[in-house]
Amino acid sequence: MAAVEALRCKECHASYELEARYVCEHCFGPLEVAYDFSGLEPEAAKRRIQAGPTTLWRYADFLPFESPPRTALAAGVTPLIKADRLAESLGLGEVWVKNDAANPTHSFKDRVVTVALAKARELGYEVVACASTGNLANAVAAHAAAAGLESYVFVPSDLEEQKILATGVYGTNLVSVRGNYDDVNRLCGELAGERDWAFVNVNVRPYYAEGSKTLGFEIAEQLGFQLPDRVVVPVASGSLFTKVARGFEEWRDVGLLEGELPAFNGAQAEGCSPVARAFEEGKDVCRPVKPDTVAKSLAIGDPADGPYALELARRSGGGVDSVTDDEIRAGIRLLAQTTGVFTETAGGVTTAVLKKLADRGDIAAGERVVLVITGDGLKTLDAVRGSFETHEIEPTVSSFEDTVGVAAAA
Amino acid sequence: MSVTVKIPTQLRSVTGGESETSVEEAGTVGEVLDGLYDRFDGLRERIAEDGDLRRFVNVYVGGEDIRFLDGLETEVEDGDEVTILPAVAGG
Repeated sequence: MAAVEALRCKECHASYELEARYVCEHCFGPLEVAYDFSGLEPEAAKRRIQAGPTTLWRYADFLPFESPPRTALAAGVTPLIKADRLAESLGLGEVWVKNDAANPTHSFKDRVVTVALAKARELGYEVVACASTGNLANAVAAHAAAAGLESYVFVPSDLEEQKILATGVYGTNLVSVRGNYDDVNRLCGELAGERDWAFVNVNVRPYYAEGSKTLGFEIAEQLGFQLPDRVVVPVASGSLFTKVARGFEEWRDVGLLEGELPAFNGAQAEGCSPVARAFEEGKDVCRPVKPDTVAKSLAIGDPADGPYALELARRSGGGVDSVTDDEIRAGIRLLAQTTGVFTETAGGVTTAVLKKLADRGDIAAGERVVLVITGDGLKTLDAVRGSFETHEIEPTVSSFEDTVGVAAAA
Repeated sequence: MSVTVKIPTQLRSVTGGESETSVEEAGTVGEVLDGLYDRFDGLRERIAEDGDLRRFVNVYVGGEDIRFLDGLETEVEDGDEVTILPAVAGG
């Protein structure tokens, strides 16, 4: 018996059928999938999870489907790595890295797209689309190709070349929009009203967002069905940040987890920090900004879930911080050089914010901290270009000794 | 003078299905919206609250979010296009 019930407005709680709808007709509030987990027995749920596939469909009881759909390219079950050298370098007790770059298109967006496309197909759509800062573009193009659906992917024209190439290869209709992400998003909002397409992060956004819960489920399962004390998560729209918490809360509600919600620390780039600024100023809504940062995957100036991200940061005893582009580049190197995980700029933001919290003394000695790494460093190579030296030599021992040998001894 | 207003699908039930309309004699975005409220019953309650826009409603003039301009006081000129959209999308 599936637990999924309806779509419900987060503001006025009006209910709607489970269809392609994302906005409340009454108050324009966002719709979210509502469940009734009262029939779910925790031990049985745990057994189903542990006997499930090594994809996010192992959490099908907590996703918006009557029965687990079949998907050609499923995401999830990425490594949770104990990062002792990173912890030591920051003077922290226990740090884990959730490496969600280990997904089919190398970012956490495979999770949301897996769920969104399964729902789009169930609802009968033949074309899928998205507004993207890059990672979502990769994922929509790939999952649509695997499912045999036509796709349209809208991106800002200044996107990193790696993300353009890793999208176009899948045979999507790639649309490069002269404007920033918020312009792309507005355009897709208008198009969603005119085309009979499933825009994964517009008209099927309530389902799409459910995919992010699985990141929380996995962290808890991989820690042995325990909650960490703190999580550090990048914030763009705020959807991932709030849905990881929702995942923890659902499992606590059904009895799969016990204890307090972890402190939620959001991470933004200073050049696009509407949520961090509102947090600092004590506001409960975000003032939009024009992004200017190397962390393009987080460059959303008008974050849709900003108010909910602020509310979560405050009630969990966490916060939202921002870091400079130089700190982001240093964060990428710090993570790479202490864990062997090469992350894109968003992961640099997250790592740099962890460092900032550690330096500020916000993290207690005994805390178990999880750092959420959402994308692969190969997507944003420019961020590390010129950050190290290469020794160029002749193919002779003497040339090696003269050049590298001396450099090593110096 | 005349300003074109684009109506999102979520509001077309109160505009009798109209996806686009025009407002004459309005100098600001606020006056454009007042013109629409006079014409379409039930529109005000959907998108406004206590004299301001609800927090999940975005309004654009010529593609620019009015929060980067002067909000409801943003001036409009003949031929401008005003777009109303739900804020909750993307990411």
